[in-house]
Amino acid sequence: MTSVASTVALEVEGLCKSFKAVRALDQVALRLEYGRVTALLGDNGAGKSTLVKCISGVYTPDSGVIKVDGAAQTIASPEAARSLGIETVHQTLAVIDPLDVVENLFLNRELTRGGRLGTWLGVLDKKRMRTESKEILGRLEIRIPSLRRSMSALSGGQRQAVAIGRAAAWGQQIVLLDEPAAALGVEQAARVLDLIRNLRDAGVAVLLITHNMERVTDVCDRAVVLHQGRKAAEVDVSEVTKDDLVAYITGARTGNNDP
Amino acid sequence: MTDSSVAPTSKLAAATQWLDRRRSDAGLRPYVVYLAALLIFALFAIILRDDGFLTANNLLNIGRQATPIAVMAVGMAFALAASEIDLSIGSVCAFSSLVAAAGVANYGFVAGAVIAVVVGAGIGLLNGVIAVKVRIPSFLVTLGMLGIVSGVARNMNNLQSRPIRNDNFFAVFGGGSLGPVSSLLIWTVIVGLIGHLVLHQLRWGRHVLSVGADRSAAAALGINTDRIRITALMASAAAASFAGVLLAGRLAIGRHDLGENLLLTVIAAVVIGGTNLFGGRASVAGAIVGSVVMAMLNNGLILMGLRVSDQLIARGAIIILAVALSMREQKET
Repeated sequence: MTSVASTVALEVEGLCKSFKAVRALDQVALRLEYGRVTALLGDNGAGKSTLVKCISGVYTPDSGVIKVDGAAQTIASPEAARSLGIETVHQTLAVIDPLDVVENLFLNRELTRGGRLGTWLGVLDKKRMRTESKEILGRLEIRIPSLRRSMSALSGGQRQAVAIGRAAAWGQQIVLLDEPAAALGVEQAARVLDLIRNLRDAGVAVLLITHNMERVTDVCDRAVVLHQGRKAAEVDVSEVTKDDLVAYITGARTGNNDP
Repeated sequence: MTDSSVAPTSKLAAATQWLDRRRSDAGLRPYVVYLAALLIFALFAIILRDDGFLTANNLLNIGRQATPIAVMAVGMAFALAASEIDLSIGSVCAFSSLVAAAGVANYGFVAGAVIAVVVGAGIGLLNGVIAVKVRIPSFLVTLGMLGIVSGVARNMNNLQSRPIRNDNFFAVFGGGSLGPVSSLLIWTVIVGLIGHLVLHQLRWGRHVLSVGADRSAAAALGINTDRIRITALMASAAAASFAGVLLAGRLAIGRHDLGENLLLTVIAAVVIGGTNLFGGRASVAGAIVGSVVMAMLNNGLILMGLRVSDQLIARGAIIILAVALSMREQKET
């Protein structure tokens, strides 16, 4: 997005992460490109969420390199990830129920007013945040009945849309989505896929964790499959069948680890 | 069109929408405390009409008693909002009255008050750092701190009260008044206003609520949850120590037990006022009205002629009942 020569947004090499005796990630490599959607597949416990949490600063990997725009980065905290342009929609959504939609969209990215004193105190510029929220949601075609509603008054689909909208608004470069359409109705899930396409078309590098093969073939360009903490395959989605993907996921087959 | 409430066609429509929103998001909860205050006031006005409940003097007295409760309640609202609790506020308040007495004697009345509040905030900092860094629930840390601080306060002046001789101190923090308005009322309003603005207009207030509502979500969004929890406990301790300054100003002494027994009253005031005992929701205005309710109850029980022991029993029962009612209301939403 920033330069034509390098389309690689994020590169992960040799990533390892253990929890006590359990090796959650073993020498995992991953590459995300601008304007492409990469699926991250794997059975329960394969290490998908651990990988996402390492990239988004929730976990610190034991070893390995994470490069953003070609530069190696130590992502020590969620804030560090966010300031590198990496936004994450966690399975839990990380929306704050008692706050309203605008406050959730701008959480920890609040706009302030009142000059330097206002910035120091953190005086909220509610009007500007409201206007910009409308703009953000409008651009992503997310419909929320009222921005002043607290999150707890919204439906599951609306909550999900706000979480994705927040990631899209701030993740100018990289957006990681951990099962964003789980537990959604058919129509709402379709809206989420539309959102992902919008992000892709805007040049964002998207990583999508899902168990749903339909979604992989619908929106994803590439797929990385993890099996028991290792990368089992990395393939172009157009070159494989759903059955191939399932075979990689279950470990029945291992694919080309070095495409 | 992302927001149907963007362009209300008329003021009426806007008002309806506002009401709608309040109703659907929070039920009647925000208004329960105001209703309770009115009801209790009316009740006492009727049954205690011959005992002087409605005299100007008695109403002023209620106001004076509500002040330290209200100031502590505003601070406690932030601790509870962050899903912490500060059980040390009563002893911090008492200790602070002694610190203020010593400070006023040595450095003048402004410095005395400032020192007391800064020392109080320091105790809150200690509470917060221990709770966060050693990972002990604030419930236990502040319970221990309650003992430590009240012990230190008892040692400080050998269980004697320390008189304060400074008319400026009394005028500003005690029985003085600005025109017809007593300075205690002014302080209550100032503390309440600051608390309300901090909660609703400052980033910190929103972050306190976020951390209290869902700590891991707040952390995932990059909020420094440790810092928020520590500063919330600092706010409650600083408010408690300012309450100690106001008590010292009103009674012209510092003493090891001034306000020490207000802990339960304050918690009740805050919870009745609509703040969630388990974080994520707070109301500063509610906390202040809740404090007035608690002060009226105290006053009414005394006027009814109950013995001190019976007052304790009645107050305890009323607190449990009131908190139970307001929490049931909260659960329904």
